[in-house]
Amino acid sequence: MVALAEKFRGRTSRVSFVFDRPRILGSLFLAPAILYIFALVGVPFLLAVYYALSAYTIYNPSYHFVGLRNFIDVVQSDIFRSALLNTFIFTICSQILGLILGKFGALLLLRPFPGRKIVRALIVLPWCVPIALATVAWEWMFDSLYSVINWTLTAVGLVTPATAPQWLGDPHLAMLCVIIVNAWRFFPFAIVIFLAGITAVPQDVLDAATVDGAGFWRRNYQIILPIIAPIVVVGLIFGTVFTFTDLSIVYLLTNGGPANATQVLGNLGFQIGILSGDVAHGAAVSLFMFPVLLGLVVLMLRYIRSREI
Amino acid sequence: MAQIRAREITKKFTDVSAVDGISLTVWDGEFMVLLGPSGCGKTTFLRIIAGLEEQTTGDILIDGEVVNQIPPRARGIAMVFQSYGLYPHFRIRDNIAFPLKTQRVSKSEIKTKVEWAAQLLGISHLLDRRPRQLSGGERQRVALARALVREPTVFLLDEPLSNLDAKLRASARNEIKQFQHRVGTTTIYVTHDQVEAMGMGDRIAVLDHGKIRQVGTPAAIYDDPADRFVATFVGSPPMNLVAWNGGHLGFRPEHFLPKDMIDDSAATEFSFCVDHAEYLGSERIVYGRLEGLESVQEVTAKLPQAHVPLASIRSGECHAFAVHNSNLCYFDRNGNRANGHS
Repeated sequence: MVALAEKFRGRTSRVSFVFDRPRILGSLFLAPAILYIFALVGVPFLLAVYYALSAYTIYNPSYHFVGLRNFIDVVQSDIFRSALLNTFIFTICSQILGLILGKFGALLLLRPFPGRKIVRALIVLPWCVPIALATVAWEWMFDSLYSVINWTLTAVGLVTPATAPQWLGDPHLAMLCVIIVNAWRFFPFAIVIFLAGITAVPQDVLDAATVDGAGFWRRNYQIILPIIAPIVVVGLIFGTVFTFTDLSIVYLLTNGGPANATQVLGNLGFQIGILSGDVAHGAAVSLFMFPVLLGLVVLMLRYIRSREI
Repeated sequence: MAQIRAREITKKFTDVSAVDGISLTVWDGEFMVLLGPSGCGKTTFLRIIAGLEEQTTGDILIDGEVVNQIPPRARGIAMVFQSYGLYPHFRIRDNIAFPLKTQRVSKSEIKTKVEWAAQLLGISHLLDRRPRQLSGGERQRVALARALVREPTVFLLDEPLSNLDAKLRASARNEIKQFQHRVGTTTIYVTHDQVEAMGMGDRIAVLDHGKIRQVGTPAAIYDDPADRFVATFVGSPPMNLVAWNGGHLGFRPEHFLPKDMIDDSAATEFSFCVDHAEYLGSERIVYGRLEGLESVQEVTAKLPQAHVPLASIRSGECHAFAVHNSNLCYFDRNGNRANGHS
């Protein structure tokens, strides 16, 4: 002990202990992450803001400032307004469907049954499979000629080949298809969120509810769901942000068609900005998602804070 | 109010028997304590009575009716859990009202009953708070109020004081006991704390490895233990056990006194060599060995400070100690109580 005290007494310089200060050490540890986020998120975002306020196209790459002109143009466009509505429908419906599937999937996976571990591992597959691969598989299932869904419906006598639904050809059915594929992709994530939430509910609380007379539904919707709501909303924030900004499923399955019936902001921005080369208008379409999402996320975070228990 | 009977209850978890053939009757209005070490099966047994676990074999009878197939909510029981099991997202008012809402009681009646229960337990001023804003003692009262409000025929309490600090625990013990006397509801109380068991129970059932070792009043459990386990589990310090004629001779530390303090001739004398002592204010715990037996035996004496001066018993000294014969218990080689010793 004496030797140790002597050793430290010798180091009188304040510099020797500079890394003992949480503020300095904390800043040092955080710095790489902040730099990384700034370089990969901050810079492209600022660039997009600049593009959206300029007349930049790939044919005429000038940074000529035009103010809010691009935003006014896109808001006046019918396609943009229908894409905005479609994006909301696509996001809300697929999240609701994903959450319902996730909740029931989690309840099923909580019960012990033979092979549960294998099923738990398999259930995350939709989430792991590359989206391009999975969407191509779905495209075949919805195909006008080779749809296994239509084959099955015909085989059980619900439709005839002549009246079989044109899944990707009908505007409403096409929207349903992109919603189904997105919900299919999201629900394993929802299952994981629900499983994490439900298993974190104290057993005493569940037992108390059982003794107090709560049946399955009351226990689930008056006790478990309100307790895990903050966790579910965090999952929902992720799901909403990723779905609202997603273009991959729509691009691969319908490319916004038929007749822009499934057009969403992500795909529209990509078509205008990248495929057509009108970077300024494409950036304006994409940036439109920012305030909408910001508002949604703030609302959800405020809800979580109000539900803190 | 109701009588509870358990008939040959067993509960197996894969290969392990958590409850191994327990039969027990709890009389109407009685305060029964299930006492045992951790993992002895007492909580599992309580959960079987509540209907939260299904027994492997055996019957549970409430008021003479077999309730094996009846769900917890229909058994007329109320339970208080170790961590209270309060609903964190409800206000205290809604926590207490929850069992009534599930029974579809009218709103006006719920309001009346919640206020009655809250007043009885002195928590009326907390009704609009949430559980996280309450102290441990207050939460425990809320849990009791929630249990009380449905006017159950049986109270089941699973170590409800284990999360309280020592001072609060002593007052809560007293409160629960008085409260049970006042409402007169049949109560089964699970604990591993012998002080709680001795202080609260009308009768105690001592459990070990899923079996009941003894059922009796606190005095019977302490003075007349049925076997070596009960003798050593109840009492602090535990009963001294001395190898004797192939079995064990047991005596409580407070009965092991200097020979000159025992005036009766019907006493058994030992030579006690003191190793060290702990001063506890009103008494002294003296650790040492018995000399002159087949082997050296470690024993403990609890000496009243008022009668045995500090200077009279010191470390390293040997003294003549004795135990009155009526305070000796003899256990056979299997650990069971035998009638006498020779």
